[in-house]
Amino acid sequence: MAVNCKLDVVACYPITPTTHLTEELNKYYADGKIPEYITVEAEFSAISALIGASATGARTFTTTGGQGLLYMHEPLFSAAGMRLPIVMLVGNRAVSSPLNIWNDEQDSISQRDTGWIQIYCKNNQEAVDTIPQAFYIAEKILLPVMVCVDGHYLTHAVEQVDVADESIVQKFLPPYKYPLKLDPENPVSLGVYANPTHYQIFREDIMKDMESSKELILEAGKKWGQLTGREYGLIREYMVADADRVIVGVGSLIDNVITVVNELRENGEKVGALHLRVFRPFPREELKKALAGKKVAVIDRDISIGGAAPIFVEVAEALNGTKAEVSSFYGGLGGRGIKRTHIRDVFEKMKKGARREWIATEAPKSAMSG
Amino acid sequence: MSKQSEMHLYAPGHSGCPGCGPSNALIQVCDTLGKDIIVVNATGCMEITSSQYPETAWRVPYIHSLFENAPAVASGVAAALKAAGNDHTKVVVIAGDGSTYDIGFGSFSGMLERGDNVLYVCYDNQLYANTGVQKSGATPYGAATTTTVVGKVHKGKETERKPIMEIVAAHGAQYCASASIAYYADLQMKLKKAKAVKGPSFVVIDAPCCLGAGFDGAITMKVSKLSVAARLWFLYEIENGQYKMNFNPANPKPVKEPLELQKRFKHLSPEQIEHIQRMANLNYETLLEKSGMKPPAAPSQPPAPPSQAPPQAPQPTPAKA
Repeated sequence: MAVNCKLDVVACYPITPTTHLTEELNKYYADGKIPEYITVEAEFSAISALIGASATGARTFTTTGGQGLLYMHEPLFSAAGMRLPIVMLVGNRAVSSPLNIWNDEQDSISQRDTGWIQIYCKNNQEAVDTIPQAFYIAEKILLPVMVCVDGHYLTHAVEQVDVADESIVQKFLPPYKYPLKLDPENPVSLGVYANPTHYQIFREDIMKDMESSKELILEAGKKWGQLTGREYGLIREYMVADADRVIVGVGSLIDNVITVVNELRENGEKVGALHLRVFRPFPREELKKALAGKKVAVIDRDISIGGAAPIFVEVAEALNGTKAEVSSFYGGLGGRGIKRTHIRDVFEKMKKGARREWIATEAPKSAMSG
Repeated sequence: MSKQSEMHLYAPGHSGCPGCGPSNALIQVCDTLGKDIIVVNATGCMEITSSQYPETAWRVPYIHSLFENAPAVASGVAAALKAAGNDHTKVVVIAGDGSTYDIGFGSFSGMLERGDNVLYVCYDNQLYANTGVQKSGATPYGAATTTTVVGKVHKGKETERKPIMEIVAAHGAQYCASASIAYYADLQMKLKKAKAVKGPSFVVIDAPCCLGAGFDGAITMKVSKLSVAARLWFLYEIENGQYKMNFNPANPKPVKEPLELQKRFKHLSPEQIEHIQRMANLNYETLLEKSGMKPPAAPSQPPAPPSQAPPQAPQPTPAKA
């Protein structure tokens, strides 16, 4: 799908669980469908190369996950601060130590303060649909976008997806024009040094634009819907309106929650699921509107050691003062699957008031099983 | 502003120290390379003093991202130019020795291996100036910095500089040159050659830091000239693997002369100065040999630096019977 967006420059470094995407993109380069592909010596250089390419007016794309994303941490701030509309697909993976290549969201949640827009896809259809939207959003607001998909659960799943063809993508996505590109005809200085007089003005600006990108994300989702019949927003509610208990989560987890909601609804239980599709900018008002007064459980597959779980903290803050009762459940780390039984258990425990606890997932029978 | 200064592509008004070697290097580099370049700068003195918002000294397109990623950023700029069909604009990295020899070395190595069309200019002042004079991989043996302090046990830097020219050439870079701010015609010639290469090329410029090395900014050029005259710095090229010494001072100065001008060497013991002299001689012989100006000598080990242990009291010579 990324290729249908007419990429100019790709820079990739192999890492599980996105190695095969790195390879796939190189095949397109080999066939001349991507003009430039830089085989960098590290993820740090992958994102750095895209900083240079994007500032020179190229549409740029990369993919990574886990350690690779952590290794990009410093340039991630730089890319966002320089307002470069780079798009990156993240295959979410646990982080060392201990070393683990399986899924959780610790890698990208740890990048939440870098200034990147973060979109968490619940399945592969959403992933392929989100890439062109990501370019659309990034290039209009001039902020980079991370499209996050669960490592292995999604990156290695074989699913039937409808990939919009190039003509649809071209209709949707205008050609990229960076307003301040590096050009000897019109010299500009990018990435300059700002002292205390000016530094915070830049940070206030990026904060304001990140906030206003919500409208753009909705606009992109709506336009995409008009062209393909699949519309996207900041959050997706499933039987939330009349529910008294709702589970909130990101990524592929949510389809399991929806299955459990269907089962429990058959028994007359008023439960719902809320897919937090966009984590940055955080859809505070939308969550408030959807969840005020309800019992809410946030499932985090990421933790903040010594503090409360990151997604929970933000949801609880958004719902502060609405009489919602917000619980925090965390687990599913390093590929420990959160199964339907665990989700049923969460819905059961929520009845008894707000709590914060681990999801008691059992150790898988073999190292390779989820 | 005079007409003369208006002509410089690296404009006056930057906040480099009076007598700053690297700032002078930038004027020479930009003026020689001309307008059709894109500069990718690594964090360092030359970034801080040239681009403090809302001002800039650059009359050519300029980008700075981080301390250790300039070569990768440059690879990206080069790729974007290529994708856009631009085959004339030259991408030029400008980075100090801290960035080149140390923190950005992996990124630099990757850029060289990929053969990206980038001219890499290193202004080498032999220390981390921006953070206040710490030791870098380019700091010479014996030099005092704030992290190679002269104390009772340790007397300045205890190891030699990284042989950056050889390291870059070993990557297969077509053109590598070592130059000095004090030899403008030589530097100009090298920059022009490096610019003409399609692929990675490298120019390292001796650009002394008056503040960091401890000398009056009025004698920056003299310090660089004397370093060359004393064989502490060489003007040479490695082109397609072939060495060429561009300047072979007939009557070399003793290393003592440039060392004495710099506070960072004030503490050196006669043994340490002797060691530096031996290394200078050896480096000269080696370069002569590699340049085909002297038949190869029998291989020899470089001399070991004098022990860092406190000097022993001289032993009384036994009286002759």
